[in-house]
Amino acid sequence: MIGRIVRLGRSGCDVLEALGRAGLFLAQSSVGMPSREGCYLWLRQMHFVGVLSLAIVLVSGLFIGMVLALQGYTILVDFGAEQALGQMVALSLLRELSPVVAALLFAGRAGSALTAEIGLMKATEQLTSMEMIGVDPLRRVVAPRLWAGFVALPVLTVGFSVVGVYGGYLVGVEWLGVFEGSYWSSMQSSVDFLADVGNGMVKSLVFALVVTWIAVFQGYDLVPTSEGISRATTRTVVYSSLAVLGLDFVLTAVMFGGFS
Amino acid sequence: MKRSKTMELGVGLFMLAGILGLLFLGLRVSGLTFTVPDDTFRLEANFANIGSLKPRSRVTMSGVTVGRVTAIDLDTEWYDARVTLELDAELEGRLPRDTTASVLTSGLLGEQYIGLSVGGDPEMLDDGDTIRDTQSAVVLEELIQQFVSSMVND
Repeated sequence: MIGRIVRLGRSGCDVLEALGRAGLFLAQSSVGMPSREGCYLWLRQMHFVGVLSLAIVLVSGLFIGMVLALQGYTILVDFGAEQALGQMVALSLLRELSPVVAALLFAGRAGSALTAEIGLMKATEQLTSMEMIGVDPLRRVVAPRLWAGFVALPVLTVGFSVVGVYGGYLVGVEWLGVFEGSYWSSMQSSVDFLADVGNGMVKSLVFALVVTWIAVFQGYDLVPTSEGISRATTRTVVYSSLAVLGLDFVLTAVMFGGFS
Repeated sequence: MKRSKTMELGVGLFMLAGILGLLFLGLRVSGLTFTVPDDTFRLEANFANIGSLKPRSRVTMSGVTVGRVTAIDLDTEWYDARVTLELDAELEGRLPRDTTASVLTSGLLGEQYIGLSVGGDPEMLDDGDTIRDTQSAVVLEELIQQFVSSMVND
């Protein structure tokens, strides 16, 4: 009995310790002036996590916009309100689907790769050798990846929304025959730039920070064996998906729930 | 370190695409327009009941949108609703003093908006004037109440 309580206490201490390490890790690696070299490292990571993720994000956005228009049409046409299709597609994309789905795809595509890359660097003791020759691995390896993820995900989210709105246009207007003018005008009269687009961007910034932070920290903090790397990669995807979905509920409740 | 021009170009295009996308979301999806704030003028109108009129609702004349509602507040002197309207500047000095403003509903369940119809007064409304002749929103419960009481009286 006593042993169980001791184990509970120990696991609680472990969790707190890991949180503290993660917070210190974030502060140490993200603060500080970037050098010219650092800018270039950032650029390379932007290419990897941003440009190369573009294809999967845009294709998913297209299909999600199309399926929204199709489902929305079959429901709205019962009420004779298919003119409001544009409003439905745009609001559900901007407020919820683009930030969340883009963040989930980003965690799967870029987050797991970041964890595996940094984890392998740790397992092959590249990080230790960097410290030996006087290069700070937090500044050299971790910071560019953190900042690249932080910038890339909001841009990907914007792309997701734009392509999704066009996907809805393709299905709703070109295929199902909703009047083109009412598709755009119902959208424009209901979407507010700051309240909808702006809040969507805030959500996506928060998700970007959380997903890249989890990915990079899991890579940096793993047990340096091949099993440890595979566990950490799994943990990255699981933790970031849960964090994104949970935070999304909290952010939605604060932004659109009417507490203010 | 070797610098690759194509990679830099790719990242540049990526960021540019993000900015263009945000511009698209602003202009096409949320319908932002860069209007000069001077090309509108204000009128006020007091209604006994505005129903579910909201700020940003449309103001129309013969069905054409000519402005929008900017503010709704309670007039504590008369205990009715004071609605501030922002109308296109081309109507300034062209609306007769006996113009009527009424709260209308688009369709059976649609949103409420304000409809203006002109009168025949030779004097015109200026910026900041109040429209005197107003018609309140039709509230369904009141209609039913009137109908029921007229049935009872018969």
